[in-house]
Amino acid sequence: MKKSKGPMLSDGPDWTFNLLGEYEKQIDRVAKSYGLDTYQNQIEIITAEQMMDAYASVGMPINYTHWSYGKKFIQSEQNYKRGQMGLAYEIVINSDPCIAYLMEENTITMQALVIAHACYGHNSFFKNNYLFETWTDASSIVDYLVFAKKYVSECENKYGVSEVEHILDSCHALMNYGVDRYKRPQKISLEKERERQKERESYLQSQVNDMWRTLPDKAKSETDSEYRFPAEPQENILYFIEKNAPLLEPWQRELVRIVRKISQYFYPQKQTQVMNEGWACFWHYHILQHLYDEGRVSDRFILEFLHSHTSVVAQPDYNSPYYSGINPYALGFNMFMDIKRICTDPTDEDREWLPDIAGSNWLETAHFAMKNFKDESFISQFMSPKIIRDFKFFAVEDEDKDDRLTVTAIHNQQGYQAVREKLSAQYNLSNLEPNIQVYSVDSKGDRSLTLRYTPQNNIPLDDSFNEVLKHLHRLWGFTVKLESDSGKGATKTLGQCPEVEEKQSST
Amino acid sequence: MAHFIDRRQNAKGKSTVNRQRFIRRYKQQIKKAVSDAMSKRNVTDIDKGESVGIPAQDISEPSFHAGRGGKRERVHPGNDQFSQGDRIPKPKGGNNGSGQGDASDSGEGEDDFTFQISKDEYLDLLFEDLALPNLKKNQLDKLVQYKTYRAGYTSDGVATNLDIVRSMKGSMARRIALNAGKKKKLKQLENELLTLKEDKLDHELDIIRLEKDIEELKRRIKAVPFLDTFDLKFRNFEKRPVPTSKAVMFCLMDVSGSMDQATKDIAKRFYILLYSFLSRSYKDVDVVYIRHHSVAKEVDEQEFFYSQETGGTVVSSALKLMQDIVQERYPSDVWNIYAAQASDGDNWAADSPQCNHILAQSILPIIRYYAYIEITDRQHQSLWHEYEKLTAIYDNFVLKQIETPEDIYPIFCELFKRQAETS
Repeated sequence: MKKSKGPMLSDGPDWTFNLLGEYEKQIDRVAKSYGLDTYQNQIEIITAEQMMDAYASVGMPINYTHWSYGKKFIQSEQNYKRGQMGLAYEIVINSDPCIAYLMEENTITMQALVIAHACYGHNSFFKNNYLFETWTDASSIVDYLVFAKKYVSECENKYGVSEVEHILDSCHALMNYGVDRYKRPQKISLEKERERQKERESYLQSQVNDMWRTLPDKAKSETDSEYRFPAEPQENILYFIEKNAPLLEPWQRELVRIVRKISQYFYPQKQTQVMNEGWACFWHYHILQHLYDEGRVSDRFILEFLHSHTSVVAQPDYNSPYYSGINPYALGFNMFMDIKRICTDPTDEDREWLPDIAGSNWLETAHFAMKNFKDESFISQFMSPKIIRDFKFFAVEDEDKDDRLTVTAIHNQQGYQAVREKLSAQYNLSNLEPNIQVYSVDSKGDRSLTLRYTPQNNIPLDDSFNEVLKHLHRLWGFTVKLESDSGKGATKTLGQCPEVEEKQSST
Repeated sequence: MAHFIDRRQNAKGKSTVNRQRFIRRYKQQIKKAVSDAMSKRNVTDIDKGESVGIPAQDISEPSFHAGRGGKRERVHPGNDQFSQGDRIPKPKGGNNGSGQGDASDSGEGEDDFTFQISKDEYLDLLFEDLALPNLKKNQLDKLVQYKTYRAGYTSDGVATNLDIVRSMKGSMARRIALNAGKKKKLKQLENELLTLKEDKLDHELDIIRLEKDIEELKRRIKAVPFLDTFDLKFRNFEKRPVPTSKAVMFCLMDVSGSMDQATKDIAKRFYILLYSFLSRSYKDVDVVYIRHHSVAKEVDEQEFFYSQETGGTVVSSALKLMQDIVQERYPSDVWNIYAAQASDGDNWAADSPQCNHILAQSILPIIRYYAYIEITDRQHQSLWHEYEKLTAIYDNFVLKQIETPEDIYPIFCELFKRQAETS
């Protein structure tokens, strides 16, 4: 069955740069033959310690200085030293060229696995998935981080470490609220960013002042009609602060912007975990299997590979002590494998459930799925009953007033549709993050800012919102209120910062 | 084609700055943890790092996230027994479902955030705001050690210090300076001579004159010596005084019957604290252990802390012994001398004035610092009162009372508090 297309590559177990190069060449050849379209690869070999550095700065090769990264570093160092946590075999960065970090202690098999997984799987995902295309600009991210780091350290020199730290702390607290979900962002590039930055400083300041300027004629007419600002609720709180906070200095606005931009860069990653990992696993599996079929890698190699592969895509059951939710690697890998199966070997059930793809070209279909979906839509579009049966999925409803849980759907004919919908919803970002928007600013009165929380399924906000309000108050400079929309137009005030006033008004 | 880069040699501490920022931000909490740990800690491992815990709440980074309650639906894998509509009791522990990674991970809020700080960081925190007293004042007038530094070049010296490269450079420069003009002239004359010789007309006289000039120039060029004494350059060395970095610490302890092991342990902690503090300022710290009951004896560490003896108490015997050792082995112009005496305050009453005398006359004038700690919860006795008189005269003498092990570190900090106003 094996057809030899060239000499067998050494299986190490130790690697050398030459050997890595040979493997990479072969992997590249196979990947191209499957039509994987990637950014150029830049593969960096690092030590365990450097890996922890990379962890600390959220995987980025460079980042601005902040104590929370130090905290993360200490945490992962502690966990690693105590043996509670192994380090990842690789980290890959959505940049062009695509930077992948490989750990030096990996065997050659692991290095090959990681190259196929990260440098071809993730890399092609970064380049082609629509969310990444829309929200990130791979070619400029590293440059932007360099700019950010430099800007932050300049500010530290000019205004003091503590001042900068305060602003960054506050921005970090609101980091998840720095994205316009419905408006597409503009691409950024470093040169433009630098050029525009000075310009923007003065312009922004003038804009802000404009908003508060008292224009006698206009103001009169508008107080009568219900003038509200902002005209519509704003979901991008950081953007709103950057543009409208009355008391921020220009450099503080720029810091807000930096945090916002970086948070935007990570926005797609949160929504494509299952797909991204699934796609990468799917391809490392195919590429290395292909090399084995060609007789380019040894039995020993493929056995070691399969051993790691199966442990990566293992899914512990709900009652297993190792269970910590659905393993995105397992779900993603199995779904892509299932798509391939439906294309090449469809059953009647598949024809009924997924008529569009049953029997089509599997390579094209897999690429189509990778390019045009995110976790939520990917699951609702491509999850077949077979996957639900294989995973033995069941949905559980937890109502806080009820003292028991209810099983609402299981992997049977009546349940497939429901399980698929519920699982899809589970990956919907807007279900995961509380819906909080800037509702109004009392621009004619005390300039207080009101946020509105719209609860879903009666899930309350965690009490930590009080802390976040303090941070928001620091940025906004005037009273900040948080109210909850309790439905039917009624609202309830959850909190306020500064709190003193709350006592006065409530009593 | 991929591009491989070996980053392993790159600088490691990429996160060092962030780590320092973290420590800076939580300095107060960490310091508190460190001094708490100090009192519990086994004295012998003071030179190791310390693991400090900060309440996790203090360092949490807040964000908006969902709290408990409301209605949630989750999908789990591995159904082995459930059918639709089954009602199952909620798992205990309050975790939603089976602990699925909810947007909130508020469950872990209670634990301390514990991490290891290095020995240096530990000692930094431990001894922050502390300084060696009287250091500045005495440092300069007691300089005795010299260190040889290189200090440029001189034009005379011994042959072994001759710098050949420098000398040859000088020689070449001198030769160029003295000969350049002549060589130019020589070339010009030679050219002239050549044209005259090639000319069809006869220039016999001119030629002779030119040849003579050329001869003369050549002689003068040759007369410039290849190497002149003027060229010689010697490496110059200078002696600079350096503050002596040697210190000796005298540990004096009463081992008479009244000192029990607990009291000794307190003393030991104090000594160790002092030792590591001194080690930060001085490269080498010698420790001399002197124990005494009615007679004093120099002993090693083990014997000092752990052997039991009985007898009366004559403190002056230890002081005398210390004085002898200083004279014999630690001349005060070379050594920085520190002494710490621990006792439970017992002394033979008639001996106390004598202690006062020895200290005042021969010990305090030559040493940096003398600390007396009395480990007792009883009334002060004659020794304390005699010593108290000394504090008025000598500012390098202090006395403190320690009652429990928890007092040690605070007392130590008090002793070595950086005194901005007095210096």
